[in-house]
Amino acid sequence: MNPITQLYYRFRRNLKAFRLYLVLSGPGLVVMIADNDAGGITTYAATGAKYQYHLIWFLLVLIPVAYYVQEMTVRLGAVTKRGHAEAIFDGFGALWGWFSLIDLILVDWLTLVTEFVGMTAALGIFGVPAWATVAGVCVLMGVIVVNGRYWTWEKIAMVFCVVNLIYIPGAFMVQPRLSDILGQGLIPNFPGGFNGELFFFMMANIGTTIAPWMLFFQQSSVVDKGMKEKDIPWGRADTLIGSVFTVVVAVFIVIVTGTVLNGVEITDAAQAASVLMDRDRWLGTFLAIGLFDAGLLGAICISLASSWAFGEIFGWAHSLNNKIREAPAFYINYFITLVSAGLVVLIPGAPLVLITLFVQVVAVTLLPAALVFLILLLNDRTTMGEYANTRTQNIVCGSIVGVIIVLSTLYAVSTLFPSLFG
Amino acid sequence: MRIARLLHHALSDLITRIRAINHHYAVPRLAMSPAVRWSLLALRVYLLLLVVLLGYKFATLVAH
Repeated sequence: MNPITQLYYRFRRNLKAFRLYLVLSGPGLVVMIADNDAGGITTYAATGAKYQYHLIWFLLVLIPVAYYVQEMTVRLGAVTKRGHAEAIFDGFGALWGWFSLIDLILVDWLTLVTEFVGMTAALGIFGVPAWATVAGVCVLMGVIVVNGRYWTWEKIAMVFCVVNLIYIPGAFMVQPRLSDILGQGLIPNFPGGFNGELFFFMMANIGTTIAPWMLFFQQSSVVDKGMKEKDIPWGRADTLIGSVFTVVVAVFIVIVTGTVLNGVEITDAAQAASVLMDRDRWLGTFLAIGLFDAGLLGAICISLASSWAFGEIFGWAHSLNNKIREAPAFYINYFITLVSAGLVVLIPGAPLVLITLFVQVVAVTLLPAALVFLILLLNDRTTMGEYANTRTQNIVCGSIVGVIIVLSTLYAVSTLFPSLFG
Repeated sequence: MRIARLLHHALSDLITRIRAINHHYAVPRLAMSPAVRWSLLALRVYLLLLVVLLGYKFATLVAH
């Protein structure tokens, strides 16, 4: 075989692999990019404004953290063909099952409220009234899911994932000095010493990287997509690419606010967008669009995570491949979650700040449980067979889970008692 | 009257379904090895502490 023919066959093989990836990609990419939701954008914007590029190295550390945790859900979903809620009920009994399900529904709903807060604030910058944003989002999200095909939903969600990359051109617009980014950002350092405030920011960044709904969403999504054991390598690649993307987007947000808003006290991403709007109209617009998209993507995934979990336990038809008449309870649950969360934002004087803080606290009651269950289920060799955790995976994932539990707990405690860490 | 009857029917249907779920998942399928047992115990203690902490916060909020 001559070199040109060899090259051609290699090209064809790679093209085929890429096409296969496009078919099988989705759950990992969507869940990871949706992880950069409205709350996440606020955290990254505040991190950049406060510490400029100094914590970029820490964000990069979060790539393997996110990957190792979410990869376990791919294996568990592909092997058991069960969502995380159903797997907990089955593995640990009804008591732990109900605890997880009720906690998930509560934390999802509260998080959904914060997504609506982000979306209404983002479009408020352009003068769009909150009621119009809520109504528009509910209609849009209804249209996305009622087409009766998982594949269509997933590809639409991936379009919104692409919009999330808007921060990358935004970072180029602010023209940061590359030497500063590399010098300050890539070498591990603790700006101003390791104090309470820095610790709070680091915990917040971890808290936004691993959220309970992500475990439930990705596992259910893998099941709904119909992934099998043989697809696990593709699921892993998808999750890895997603975790790289999510951190890359976070880094670019930090670069934008670190360059332009250094020293400005940021309380939420919409405020950052407003301040940026005054300095550079395009940059502010980019941040506001990105915030809206982040909230929308988060809302799409979170409301589905709840509906899938309910469907798994109550035995309703719960696939996006079902039409409304085939799975009415699944879609009713989806819309009730969505509309009720949206309506809360429209209530005059609703305690939105309290809700935003409460999310962290409630999430920390579910996250450790969901992570511990995940590790235990992945060690069930009777069910998982060759896909059970190896000793190395147990050491790596166990350590990551341990650190996440400790830090997210401290984060929640510091949210409850702000003066605790100085 | 008809709405009340419908609500009653829906509620009793839900309770029946919850009972069926509890029955179906009454026995955990996972073997209760010492590692699993200890993990679940640690989780219970952790959640209990968190509830106490939340209660304390709530009590101090009310007191103020």
